[in-house]
Amino acid sequence: MALPASFSLSFLSILISCSHAILPQDMKKLINLPENVVVESITGFGAAFSNLVKVHTNANYITRADAPAKDKVALVSGGGSGHEPMHGGFVGRGMLDAACPGAVFTSPTPDQMFEATKAVNGGKGVLQIVKNYTGDVLNFEMAADLARAEGIEVEAVVIDDDVAVKDSLWTAGRRGVGTTVLAEKICGAAAEAGHSLKEVVALCHNVNANGRSMGMALTSCTVPHVGKPTFDLPEDEMEIGIGIHGEPGRTRTKLKSADEITEMLLAPIVADLPLRARDEVLLFVNSMGGTPLLELFVVYGKAHEILTKAGIKVARSLVGPYITSLEMAGASITVLKLDNQMTKLWDAPVLTPALRWGV
Amino acid sequence: MSNVSSNQIFAWIERYAAHIAEQKDYLTELDAAIGDGDHGANMHRGLQAVLAKKAELQNTDVGVLLKGVAMTLISTIGGASGALYGTFFLQASTTAEGKTELSSTEFGSLLEKGLAGIVLRGKAALGDKTMIDALQPAIKAYKRSIESGEVREDALSKAVSAAERGLKSTIPLIARKGRASYLGERSAGHPDPGASSSVLLFRSAAETLC
Repeated sequence: MALPASFSLSFLSILISCSHAILPQDMKKLINLPENVVVESITGFGAAFSNLVKVHTNANYITRADAPAKDKVALVSGGGSGHEPMHGGFVGRGMLDAACPGAVFTSPTPDQMFEATKAVNGGKGVLQIVKNYTGDVLNFEMAADLARAEGIEVEAVVIDDDVAVKDSLWTAGRRGVGTTVLAEKICGAAAEAGHSLKEVVALCHNVNANGRSMGMALTSCTVPHVGKPTFDLPEDEMEIGIGIHGEPGRTRTKLKSADEITEMLLAPIVADLPLRARDEVLLFVNSMGGTPLLELFVVYGKAHEILTKAGIKVARSLVGPYITSLEMAGASITVLKLDNQMTKLWDAPVLTPALRWGV
Repeated sequence: MSNVSSNQIFAWIERYAAHIAEQKDYLTELDAAIGDGDHGANMHRGLQAVLAKKAELQNTDVGVLLKGVAMTLISTIGGASGALYGTFFLQASTTAEGKTELSSTEFGSLLEKGLAGIVLRGKAALGDKTMIDALQPAIKAYKRSIESGEVREDALSKAVSAAERGLKSTIPLIARKGRASYLGERSAGHPDPGASSSVLLFRSAAETLC
């Protein structure tokens, strides 16, 4: 439709002035409107991986393209957005059946999870894998109540692997971080192999019990609808024990070398598990979003060396940005003590947007 | 003394939405200090969604009205506050099914049922530095006042004072629930954001249910 030039120009200038009003000066992001970022992102994600996943924008959830998969336990996870590729990137054969993305750093809502649960229920029950944050736990509980009322068998396993948080009956407990990725892969493989809901639940508890993580931040991150960095971190300082939403960690100190930082992250993990000589582990070094692979492999190399020197066998590895915190620079280390079953399930074929091998 | 009508209940929620809209930046600031800095924005989003449903929520019975409020909050807020405020109104609605008005005593029972839902869902107790620290004393004060024969206006005004004292009591506390608990001792010295929004719920009630 042809419009008079003056009209379209003034219309354009309105748009430009609006966008200036909405985006604060100090936020440089590839977004249109902060409130649309999640829907626009999952829509693009669905378009990019239409062979693997289906994006349902009616209630904001992502399922496998072939859902519901019959005769297998269905795995549903979810959490706030901003941790991509978690969880949507792990939807596909051999891993998750559905993922529910909430607003950035805010848990999804029960109606989303309920719709996702109904869409993927193949008749053998549904396992919810939940990261231990109060909002996530409460909303998944409500969704489970709704699904059970419809006769769907639902169990939940809460992942709480962050050693930076002191575990206590008097707090919300440890946060769920890197072990979540490993639990989703291993339990997804078990479900694909036909294990019962009871077996997959037990396995998920076992993975959680044997996984520990600790993260650190070099910089803060900016939540789009907030428009300013979540916390201040001076140029020459770092936060050890950071959470994936920028929650404060154990200590804030002057920046140190990669080797020293790796030791600071790994020592509490080894002590907490505890790890002993001849244990076999999976070593997972994760980027918080802003730290490149070049640096991640420096951390991985040192962590591998420390474990090997202690007589611990690093049997499997994962390195990359898998559970991120927007554009935060930093890294986390996760160590999972393996047994034969876990190793076998880790090696099983997986075909998702973010993890794929053996297919 | 007159009963509380379902239109008054809607007016209560509308007033609450107005208070939240006015205080949302302050609530978010409180939350940024010890939580994840989204409480005000989240509550505002949920209550605006409730207001958008005014046509279908008005002129129904109190049970249907509060259930509608609950489901809207649950499906639009996310986070802990969506589940907890949603549970409060959902449980409260079960005491008012089919009723177009409530006596002052019945309104007290409604509040108690809502609180019981929050306690069960959140597994928190008085002194954990949560919304319960404001809600529980407020509801207790309301009930005691009605039972001793005082008018609802006085009972609600006592409830507001009790909620405000409860909120104040959260300042020195160390959080035991929610994200604030990760801070340990560093959570002391800040008022709880959930208790703050709960005070507004009672302030709104005192302004609309007399």
